[in-house]
Amino acid sequence: MRKSPLQLALQRVLRNRMAIGGASLLIAITLSCVLLPPLLGLDPNHTQPSLRNEAPSARFIFGTDTLGRDVFARVLVGGRTSLLVGIAATAVSILVGVTYGAVAGFYGGKVDEAMMRLVDFLYGLPYMFLVILIMLMFSETARGDALPVFLALGLVQWLTMARIVRGQVLTLRHQEFVLAAELIGASDARILLRHVLPNVLGIVVVYGTLMVPSVIILESFLSFLGLGVALSWGQLVADGIAVVNPIRSYWWILVWPSLFLGATLLSLNFVGDGLRDALDPKART
Amino acid sequence: MIELLALLFGLATLAATAWCPPRLTRVLGSLLFALMVGVVSRFAFGVHVALLAAALAAVLALRFFPPLVLRRVVFLVPALVLLIFSTTLLMYRAPGNPFANERATSPQVEAALRAQYGVPKNASAFFGIYMRRLLVEGTLGPSIKVQGRTVEELIAPAFPVSVALGLLALILSVVIGLTLGIFAGLKKNSLADHVSMALALFGVSLPSFVLGAGAMIVFSLWLGWLPVAGWGSLRHLVMPAFALALPNAAIIARLARSGMIEVMQQDFVRTARAKGLPESWVIARHAMRGTLIPVVSFLGPAAAAIMTGSFVVEVLFAVPGMGQWFVKGAINRDYSVVLGTAIVYFGMIILFNLLVDLAYSWLDPRVRSSDA
Repeated sequence: MRKSPLQLALQRVLRNRMAIGGASLLIAITLSCVLLPPLLGLDPNHTQPSLRNEAPSARFIFGTDTLGRDVFARVLVGGRTSLLVGIAATAVSILVGVTYGAVAGFYGGKVDEAMMRLVDFLYGLPYMFLVILIMLMFSETARGDALPVFLALGLVQWLTMARIVRGQVLTLRHQEFVLAAELIGASDARILLRHVLPNVLGIVVVYGTLMVPSVIILESFLSFLGLGVALSWGQLVADGIAVVNPIRSYWWILVWPSLFLGATLLSLNFVGDGLRDALDPKART
Repeated sequence: MIELLALLFGLATLAATAWCPPRLTRVLGSLLFALMVGVVSRFAFGVHVALLAAALAAVLALRFFPPLVLRRVVFLVPALVLLIFSTTLLMYRAPGNPFANERATSPQVEAALRAQYGVPKNASAFFGIYMRRLLVEGTLGPSIKVQGRTVEELIAPAFPVSVALGLLALILSVVIGLTLGIFAGLKKNSLADHVSMALALFGVSLPSFVLGAGAMIVFSLWLGWLPVAGWGSLRHLVMPAFALALPNAAIIARLARSGMIEVMQQDFVRTARAKGLPESWVIARHAMRGTLIPVVSFLGPAAAAIMTGSFVVEVLFAVPGMGQWFVKGAINRDYSVVLGTAIVYFGMIILFNLLVDLAYSWLDPRVRSSDA
């Protein structure tokens, strides 16, 4: 029996040990962030003034921070925010970017040129600016809420996606099967949804996977600068950096969140690379 | 409502520059270029020199500038105005204002302060005052929070610091990235290849401040080789520059590797080998160009990433650069500081993208012929 291209791609991903390892680690981290805090009854904000800066022990396996809060609980709950922001902002940017890029590429010509001018303008802006300014707008209304963060990040990340999709659609536009669909009188919307978009899905998935880590990094930048709104890995790392000093280092406050952050980003990149190699034979070397 | 319409109008104008015919682009581009040169040199040298420089710039641009540059200028000036306008709108939307502090200010005092600093309650009025200051008076305005200083006085000492850090980081990332990438690409699937690509993946995966914090602990606290933070000597520059450079070096290494592998399979490389050229010459003279193209096109975004990434690294290592002013300005709602730094960053990114475009057309003959 002949295998479909999708099956072949799946086979290639499964043979990529790095990608599988990354995916398993990712699932493990996600599950523990989501399930462990309620199961073990962990509270990230419970302060114990008598147990400040405790080194890792059987009771607090990651130690406690300067206010006597359990670092293990904080890392897990902070992970929820980081992962949620990464996924949600990527979803927003895929939605906006694919629509925008597909329309620009499909109609081409002057429409495309004008639409891409706008993208160029936004691309030229230092994106941290936009994000910081948008974050300021929510700074007082949304304490502890992750929604503004991923809106802000999604709104700057869609540009790359729009460019990639537009380039793909531009080449697909003039292929025979699209012309054929046009000839039998299919509407623009139908052609876009049924014939063009399925063909860009692969590249969207690949770049989407690679976008999640960059969103998580961006969010951690914001938290580091004190502009984040919710407890996240970036904020925990910033807390950890704040207590690094030459006299006494409470290394566990810095190391654990950094480790989780690094491991998550690394495995996302492994998975993204694996998918790209599998779906795009030309990039495989 | 009017603000929204103005924003839409600005965006439409920006899009409309796409239809500008070649001759109009040349004239308009030269005029706008002269305007920019005039405003900038006025900051530095005063009105008389500025007029002279502007006239000279207009003539030079009209006669000698390549169309690519002029087209970029026609796009740049409206984009800059739009940047100022939209940033103003966003800042006014943010809760709080520069005059809100712990002590309650009486309405009369606040009105007096607003008049003194030129910060009316209305965003478009502020935009008008700001643009007038910029173009007519040639100043970025007084800082609201740092008393008695103008924004240019704040930025002037910080600008060279940021540029030095950014340039060093950029050079480091290109050198490290290219070396690793080319080496890995030439010895595909060797141990060296796998090791350098694993390193690159780590570089992509670690945020610069985690990298920087790690380096801080190891090199300054444990080993005591480098100062923890601050500014003043070359030794202060090492860790921030590496922290900024490594994530980008990693991306460059990956681009260079795949570029190298692709180029080495091309016909012209086989031809060069068949002519009996030594392998090192084939690589340096023929393969390098093709490898550099994807790397160069990444340099535009990389420069932007390094500059904006420097916010974080500057805060971490207490480097007195512009990033700190931007973050401080944003948190304090110091409107003129935010706008001033935004303009400088935007200008730097545009300048850099232009240089990248020029390098690109020099490297890739196909771009050159289609552009003429």
